[in-house]
Amino acid sequence: MRNVYVLGVGMIKFGRYPQKDVAELSAEAALLALKDADMTIKDIQLLASGNLLQANAMVGQRILQQIGQTGIPIVNVSNACATGSTAFREAYFAVGSGEYDVAMAVGSEQMGKAGLLGGGGGRESVEGILGSGLMPAVFGQAGVEHMRKYGTTAEHFAKVSVKNHKHSTKNPLSQYQNEVTLEDVMQARMIAYPNTLYMCCPTGDGAAAAILVSEAVMKKSGNKPVKVGCSVLTSDPWTERDLTLPDVSTLTRTAAKQAYDKAGVSPDDIDLVELHDCFATAELLHYENLGLCKDGEAGRGVDEGWFEWGGKTPVNVSGGLLSKGHPLGATGVANIYEVVTHLRGQAGARQVENAKVGMAHVIGLGSACTIHILTA
Amino acid sequence: MSQPTTAPQTEKQARPIVPFLRLGSNGDTPHLVAKKCATCGAVYLGTRVACSKCFAPGPFNEIRLSDRGSLWVYSIVHQSAPGIPTPYVAAIVDLPEGASVRCTLVDVEPDPRKLEFGMPVEMITKKVREDKDGNDIIAFFYRPVQQS
Repeated sequence: MRNVYVLGVGMIKFGRYPQKDVAELSAEAALLALKDADMTIKDIQLLASGNLLQANAMVGQRILQQIGQTGIPIVNVSNACATGSTAFREAYFAVGSGEYDVAMAVGSEQMGKAGLLGGGGGRESVEGILGSGLMPAVFGQAGVEHMRKYGTTAEHFAKVSVKNHKHSTKNPLSQYQNEVTLEDVMQARMIAYPNTLYMCCPTGDGAAAAILVSEAVMKKSGNKPVKVGCSVLTSDPWTERDLTLPDVSTLTRTAAKQAYDKAGVSPDDIDLVELHDCFATAELLHYENLGLCKDGEAGRGVDEGWFEWGGKTPVNVSGGLLSKGHPLGATGVANIYEVVTHLRGQAGARQVENAKVGMAHVIGLGSACTIHILTA
Repeated sequence: MSQPTTAPQTEKQARPIVPFLRLGSNGDTPHLVAKKCATCGAVYLGTRVACSKCFAPGPFNEIRLSDRGSLWVYSIVHQSAPGIPTPYVAAIVDLPEGASVRCTLVDVEPDPRKLEFGMPVEMITKKVREDKDGNDIIAFFYRPVQQS
């Protein structure tokens, strides 16, 4: 594999766009990335399009029908919540292999107000009868498991939500930009214990795009180079309860180890992390899974502000999925957008000072985990 | 009037909500069954083509699971899909044979203060609905072991 760089990124503000379709949203993000890269669609040699809810509707082709049908190869990607990051990985391999010099990844989703009700499979519903397979309960249980192991409290999880909402006030592309207090979070409507409303990511629409290029193309550009240090994808190995209580930790730990090895960095080198906080409980687990603190220390880390902007390792300075939003297929590329923006020193009021190494982590339940480490 | 093409309707029968629930007959009580990998001992609810733990292509032996187990973790669901009554305790129960069961815990208040990790639980069955032919659909639930 040869070196691969992110030359351009673009993202639309996450939110609700009932008047537009998903191809239009994606096209807007793609044009922003092209502008950022000082390129046109004629420069793009391959497109990887990540979209989950319209996985059978050729979203990639529809994007080019909006902005220029150049006849290039298009890969439509679906991989649960890791859809966008898997599309990014496809573009990474396209360039890294030497087959293409310029590839674009677009992640998009239009969810409206319907969440991921999960399940499917066509059988008669057992929801509520045989427990719950819905995301809020699954991630509630994962949080309760951490409580059981380490004595973590509901308040620890709630503080994650306070932090991410606070971060989002400085991100103009965040779906929500309002601060919430610990009391607000704790007293909000319970969705699935211990996650209250503010501890669950919202539904919404959004799109983000990234343009990946070879070193030769990068050198011709005036943009500050951001190198893809590694692209890791794992699936869930057999673990004791994975088939009943999806194990989001083991595959993240495996991915993290591979990512640090491949990128040649350690957790101490990481200046910022965008991780998959679909629920507040998930974020706290991933501090440990990604090696940002020791096992059992995440609660303490939350109390002491290790993961806040200005802390030891700032996590989700974009506002995270909890406040920036989580349009499923868009998320994995939006995380890359955030990290690249900081590594270039262009993140404005939320800039992590002197950021040189950033990590983007995504989990799709079922399960898929991607980790990308980017370096300036 | 046209004749029905299907066989004449037989007596209504109770049906388990999932194949790994056996309703019991001839005096046997309702219970869960699992497939156990003869090579590594991994236990599965439902069938596996090969063992996802050790990759052996079988054989799997069917084993009867205990009625009693212990509460591993839970969540209390206050908002679910449309039409599903809330709140309910969505639990993961561990059984001594090495099986882990996703289930709803009943006969307990949906309150974290009433739910203890490791608390002993026992399986019960209940009719939850009828299928389109009018057969009873029977599901399993767990409840705290009744102190006597």
